[in-house]
Amino acid sequence: MEASFPPPSGNRMSEFLRTRFSKFREINEKYRTPRIKTTKAVSIALLMLRLYLFLLIGILFFKFITTILMP
Amino acid sequence: MNALSRLFYKYRRFAKMIKLFLMISGPGIIVMVADNDAGGITTYTATGAAYGYGLLWFLVLLGPVAYFIQEMTVRLGAVTKRGHAEAIFDAFGPFWGWFSLLDLVLTDWLTLVTEFIGMTAALSIFHIQPWITVLIVCTVMGIMILRGRYWTWEKIAIFFCALNLVYVPAAFIVHPSISDIINQGFIPHFPGGFTGQLFFFLMANIGTTIAPWMVFFQQSSVVDKGLQEKDIPWGKLDTAVGSLFTILIAVFCVVVTATLLKGVQIESAAQAATILMGQSRYLGTLLAIGLFNAGFLGAICISLASSWAFGEVFGWAHSLNHKIREAPWFYAFYFFMIITAGCVVLIPGAPLVQITLFVQVIATTLLPAALVFLILLLNDETLMGKFKNTLFQNIVNVVIVGAIIVLSTLYSISALFPNLFV
Repeated sequence: MEASFPPPSGNRMSEFLRTRFSKFREINEKYRTPRIKTTKAVSIALLMLRLYLFLLIGILFFKFITTILMP
Repeated sequence: MNALSRLFYKYRRFAKMIKLFLMISGPGIIVMVADNDAGGITTYTATGAAYGYGLLWFLVLLGPVAYFIQEMTVRLGAVTKRGHAEAIFDAFGPFWGWFSLLDLVLTDWLTLVTEFIGMTAALSIFHIQPWITVLIVCTVMGIMILRGRYWTWEKIAIFFCALNLVYVPAAFIVHPSISDIINQGFIPHFPGGFTGQLFFFLMANIGTTIAPWMVFFQQSSVVDKGLQEKDIPWGKLDTAVGSLFTILIAVFCVVVTATLLKGVQIESAAQAATILMGQSRYLGTLLAIGLFNAGFLGAICISLASSWAFGEVFGWAHSLNHKIREAPWFYAFYFFMIITAGCVVLIPGAPLVQITLFVQVIATTLLPAALVFLILLLNDETLMGKFKNTLFQNIVNVVIVGAIIVLSTLYSISALFPNLFV
């Protein structure tokens, strides 16, 4: 009779992470292709949103630098 | 006899319509009244104390603004049968989907903390310890969903909405001058000129009118309630009635503080209630109850908005019509949100003021995306069919959304850099 040993701890960790993140991969796969018709208005709106977020993150970063790192 | 039978027919028809409205109404009224949450009541209280009746006209203008935005969620929910989080994933892909979902959860959790700050502050006026308040709130919120029926939850929520009308009798107790209210309050003007401080108050009032969670909450609520395309007109009426209520409550709240506390620097609604408790016990009590109730209504809606959104995206059972054992992850997330947010308030020395300011900034990162996606989705003919936005709706909504984005961004910048507009 062959003795069964538990898998090495590194394997167990990767198995744990794989099962946990499989749901996220599944969601990414399910919604991979955006369903909305990419008109000019949609493209411009999404571009503007990206720029807006960069601006806000820049302001937050500036605030962080000026108050936390250079009080 | 003929006239009598016609009259009876009209009466029966009217009664039937009222009955139908009462059955379908709920999401719109709840989301709009819950919009006057603890942060909202604090803003109105401070506005009344700083500018008297001078900005009532501006509050009235915010009613239609809220209606036009929220009405879109009714149509989108009823037609697609999907919540806003799932709709974003589906239409714009995983990047915008994850961004919206995670930002929503962070914003909602931080806002929940501010609701608990408001509730604990309100009940501390009656010498109730914060931990007891948190325990009571979490227990009541648990009881509300234990029955496993959306209908039960909704009717209890509407009861709390009705309780928010305490500001109406409170306004009558202070005996305001009606002519002053009409002359100073309803003729558009900027009291004291257009100063930096006034601009800050205008932005704060706009900021309380539309919050990201409202868009997600109402759309998911419409789906959970099972509204169909044929119910859209009633859903719109529900939203219109809700916006009327929210403005009514805001106006009466401002009238109370404008009459008694004009010129007093007010930092929070709890502070106003404490001061008024010294003048009139009944009035102070009403204001404290109003603040607690506002925070409670906000908490029940905000925690649900996140749970619905996560349930939609992760494919969990996510309806209030499910029992706890049928939708364990949905309810686990719901309780996780409220218990952790409640516990933050109990941490000694927790940075509650910083959290309150941070909410405004984080909400500004999500609000433009949520509103822009809403307009884009409502213009997708393959998705919305005959319920897509008309030209008039597009013009109105683009103007409103543009103004909200600019002003809420300036508001959050002013929260980061307080001396910028002063």
